[in-house]
Order: sequence, then C-alpha cells, then structure tokens
Amino acid sequence: MAKSIDVSDLNIYYGDFLAVEGVNMTIRAKAVTAFIGPSGCGKSTFLRTLNRMHEVIPGARVEGKVMVSGQSLYDPAIDPVAVRRQIGMVFQRPNPFPTMSIYDNVIAGSKLNAKKMKRSEADAIVEKSLRGANLWNEVKDRLDKPGMSLSGGQQQRLCIARAIAVEPEVLLMDEPCSALDPISTSAIEDLIHELKSEYTIVIVTHNMQQAARVSDETGFFNLKAAGQPGHLVEFNPTTKMFTNPDEPSTEAYISGRFG
Amino acid sequence: MSTTTPLEPDTFAISANLAQPRLPRWAVVLVGVISLGLAGLVTLLTGWSLVGGLVLAILLMVAGLPTWSLLVEGRRAAADRFATALVWAAFAVVLVPLVWLIWMVVDHGLSAIDREFLTYDMRNVVGSGGGIYHALWGTILVTLAATVISVPIGLFTAIYLVEYGRGKRLARATTFLVDVMTGIPSIVAGLFALSLFVLIFGPAIRIGFGGAVALSLLMIPTVVRSAEEMLRLVPNDLREASYALGIPKWRTIVKVVLPTALGGIITGVVLAISRVIGETAPLLVVAGATDSVNFNLFDGRMMTLPVYIFSQYSSPGVVPVGMEGDPPGYARAWGAALVLIVIVMVLNLVARIIGTYFAPKTDRRR
Repeated sequence: MAKSIDVSDLNIYYGDFLAVEGVNMTIRAKAVTAFIGPSGCGKSTFLRTLNRMHEVIPGARVEGKVMVSGQSLYDPAIDPVAVRRQIGMVFQRPNPFPTMSIYDNVIAGSKLNAKKMKRSEADAIVEKSLRGANLWNEVKDRLDKPGMSLSGGQQQRLCIARAIAVEPEVLLMDEPCSALDPISTSAIEDLIHELKSEYTIVIVTHNMQQAARVSDETGFFNLKAAGQPGHLVEFNPTTKMFTNPDEPSTEAYISGRFG
Repeated sequence: MSTTTPLEPDTFAISANLAQPRLPRWAVVLVGVISLGLAGLVTLLTGWSLVGGLVLAILLMVAGLPTWSLLVEGRRAAADRFATALVWAAFAVVLVPLVWLIWMVVDHGLSAIDREFLTYDMRNVVGSGGGIYHALWGTILVTLAATVISVPIGLFTAIYLVEYGRGKRLARATTFLVDVMTGIPSIVAGLFALSLFVLIFGPAIRIGFGGAVALSLLMIPTVVRSAEEMLRLVPNDLREASYALGIPKWRTIVKVVLPTALGGIITGVVLAISRVIGETAPLLVVAGATDSVNFNLFDGRMMTLPVYIFSQYSSPGVVPVGMEGDPPGYARAWGAALVLIVIVMVLNLVARIIGTYFAPKTDRRR
C-alpha cells in the first residue's frame, strides 16, 4: 500500500520569508529516500511539507504541488488530519507522551482518536508495532511503565513504534538518530531496512555515511548563499550520488570540501 | 611560563595556589552563640525588650562573621559569608510574622473549638455557646460555586490564549484585561455583584450566589494566569507528535496538552481557591450575614467564615452577669479564624499532593 510522492515547483514560505525554492522530485514507493545538506538549507522544512506539518507553525505556507498517488496534498478539499494519518512522522528528539505508559504510547494514534477496539486487538497492534520497531524484547515485561522511563534510543524506537502503529503508507523521519549513540543508531538503521519492504521512507540526516548506508535515493539540498532560499541541488540514486555525482557542489559537500 | 614547560610541575604549582585558609566548620555556630550571648548581655544591662535583643543578635551575626572571614579567608569569601548571612537573616525575618500569627491563632482559638462549636449555628444564641456550623457550610457552598463558575471560564480562556490566540489582537486584549482584573479591589467585585443582582432581582437582595459571583471575579484572573503558564510549559514537541499521528487539534489539546499540564493546573486552581476563601468584604456586601443555617445559594442571606469572624469581633455580645473576662464573641472569632486557617492549609497540602501525583512521571526507576 506504500505510496509514491511527486513534488513539482514547490516553494515553501515562513510568512514572507522564502525558505525553500523550486523543489522538483519523485519519491519512489517502498524505497528509502535520504535528504542531506548543511544546516538551515530547508531539508526538515521540506520534509514537514510532505505531511502538512509545515502549516502548524503560524504564518507558514506553501506554493506548488505535492501529489500523493494522484491526489494533490494542498488541494483545499484535503483534510490535513487525514493526510497525517497516512503519512507518519518521527522527529529529531524522541517525544513520547509523558503522561502515558509504554503501551498507551504505542496505541496513542488510535486511542487519542477514540477509536473503539477490543483489548486483544489493541494488544496485537502493540506487540506488532513494538516488534516492528525492534523494541518488544526490551519492554515486553514493563508495558505499563511510563514511556519516559526508557533510555533515549528506546524512546526513539518507541516513537517509531507509535508512528507505525497507525499503519501509515509513508514514514517521514527528521534526523531520527541525531540524538542517539552508535548502537541505537545501528538498531534504527536496521529497522529502516526492514520497514522498507512495507513503507515509503523519507529520512533527513546530517550523517552522510548513514545516508549512504540506508537510502536508495538521495537528495542534496543547499543554500545558494547565506540569506538565500534553500534549493534542491541534485536528486539521484544513492550509489551514483556517492560515486559520481552530476554536480560539482554535491561532490564537494560529500567529500568534505564544502564551503 | 613558556609553552615548553612540562605539564606536571605546572599542575603542582597550580594546586598549591588552590589551597586557601578556611574558617572551621563550627565558626558559624560559634559566632551565632557569641552574638546571642552579647545581645543577651546588652538586653539584661539596658533593659531592652526581647525583640530588640534578637535584632541586635542578628546584626552582630551579620557583621561579625564576615569580619572574621575577611581576616582569615580574604575578600571574596567574606563577601560570600556576608551575603549568606543576609539571606538567612531575611528568611528569619519573613518567618517571624508567619509563626507568630499561627501561634496566636492556635493559642486563642484551640480552646474555643469543641463539638458544639463545629455543629451549632448562632440562632438564638445570646452570650456564650453557639458555633460556626452555618458559616462553615456557607463558606464551603459559596467557594464551591465560585470554583464551578471560574474554573471553566479561566481554563477555556487560558486554552484560547495558548493554543489558538498566539499573537492575535484579541489574545493581547484578553491578557491585558486579565491583568487589569487581577488588580480589582475585592470590595469593588462585591459591589459589582450586588448591583448586578439588584438590577435582576430588585433592591435589598442578599443571596449566597451573589457572593460566589463576586469571588469568581477575583478567582478568574488567577486561574487564567496559572493555567496559561502551565499550558505554555507543555513542550511543542508533544503537540507535533500528536498532530503527526493524525490527531485533530482539539483532541490533541484535550488528551495530550491538558493531561500533561493537569498537575500544575489543579495546583493553580486550589491556590486560587485558598486565595479567595478568606475574602470578607465582597461576601459581607452581597451574601450578607445571618445566624441561621442556609443551604440554598439562591435564596436568602448566607453566613461565611470570614464574615462570621468579622461580625463576632465587631459585636461580641456581653459578658454574662457575674463572670469575668472577654465577651464570648472574641473566643468564637478566634476559633473560626483557626478553622479557616486549617482549611486553607489543608487545601494547600492537597494542592501539593495533587501536583506531585499528576506530574508526568519521568523517573527511570519506576
């Protein structure tokens, strides 16, 4: 059920400030797409426009088209809440709900929407999601403990479990490993590999090795100059990107000769 | 020091300089005892009062300890000792009226409280006897009604200000008006409620509900302020996490934001209650005073504890023939004051317990 995303001529604004300019790309279904680039070049901003989280910030708006399986995301008839149910998101910092147990955090998507479900059904979803996020064995004996009692890496995997529990078709990850140690990072990268078979995954990362390890396709964002809007420099299969990129600036960034 | 100097001798040189002469631990106690002793001596010789002696002891302590420290430890440590002594002295001075007040009220009030005092009203009581039953119920009912009015209004205002009104003109106007409301004198709130009910029901109206309206005018700004602070403390990450799961804004507010802030909001509400429970003037104006029990907020005068204290003190009755001492009303006023203070303290305690109970659990070991 995974979906592909077509983006054409997308301009992203914060109020009057043009943050990202003229993005065109096609994100393939059931593949991992990584965005790399320097800080402040609009990777995360662009990611947030893919499930209409961008407009949560007051004054933020978008021009252009984002098409998900034939539907325009920014059509006035589209309900942003429905979009977010289809396109889940994992954030940079782990953010489990502090008032809820591990169990409740996982089924938060259904529970907060007051969806009626049988206990056995909920149990099944919790187990499936936690197994999917590689967390089940670590927490199966303490599901009723608060979600905040876990370590940082476990909290991040809990957030991934929470995101996949609502069975979205696309999973957006905004630097999911930047606050984690190498072991947790590797656990999450393994997880991304497994999830690829069922979900379309888009990941923003500062770690180029990570982009090379996990992604099938890579987009490189950059600023033309300080104060100028960010733009997509190059979008290619990861292997090509890291061996023989089209643009010289991509090669400069990847090989560390940037700026 | 040249850059080629080997590291070790260098570090040794530094650590030698780090050692400073320090006053012994018991220095503070010693100076305290000496100050007290000197002040005591002066007090005995000159015949000052106890308070004068204590003030002198504190001044001696604040002056003596830094001086000794300056001689032994140096300027910076002396300044530190001086500031520490000042802070502790200020703390002690603040504590004095509180302890004194509680001591006075317990001392005078405890003897007045017995079974009759808590279960009788003042109907047909002349001289001693009688109790606060009617005032106790009046206070409970009026405060409860005020809470029922102000918590929804205050909470919804706070939710609007934090979740919907960010940067909007209406929100800024609301914040300004709430700030103005904080400064309303309580008697003005009482007169407002009185004129409101006079306009509706005609002149000479006295009902308990009017008192509740007056109190809620005083309560709402406090509730708005504390709830607003608490809602702002909820991290935006949580709201975004909820939105990203496809949960609508109103459900996010009800099920994520409010539960996370619940402990603080309840604490704020309880503190607002204990703030208005002792208000006298507005209740005297609108709810009136009576000697009988009245459980109906919407009909007739209603007695409350602060008004009871006021009326017992202003018209304490007469000493029975052949008896010595104060009029019986004084003891009743002290007793009622003690009951009121106990209620406020219990409320504060409850607020603290609720606050910790509902606070998000972050402890790793649980």
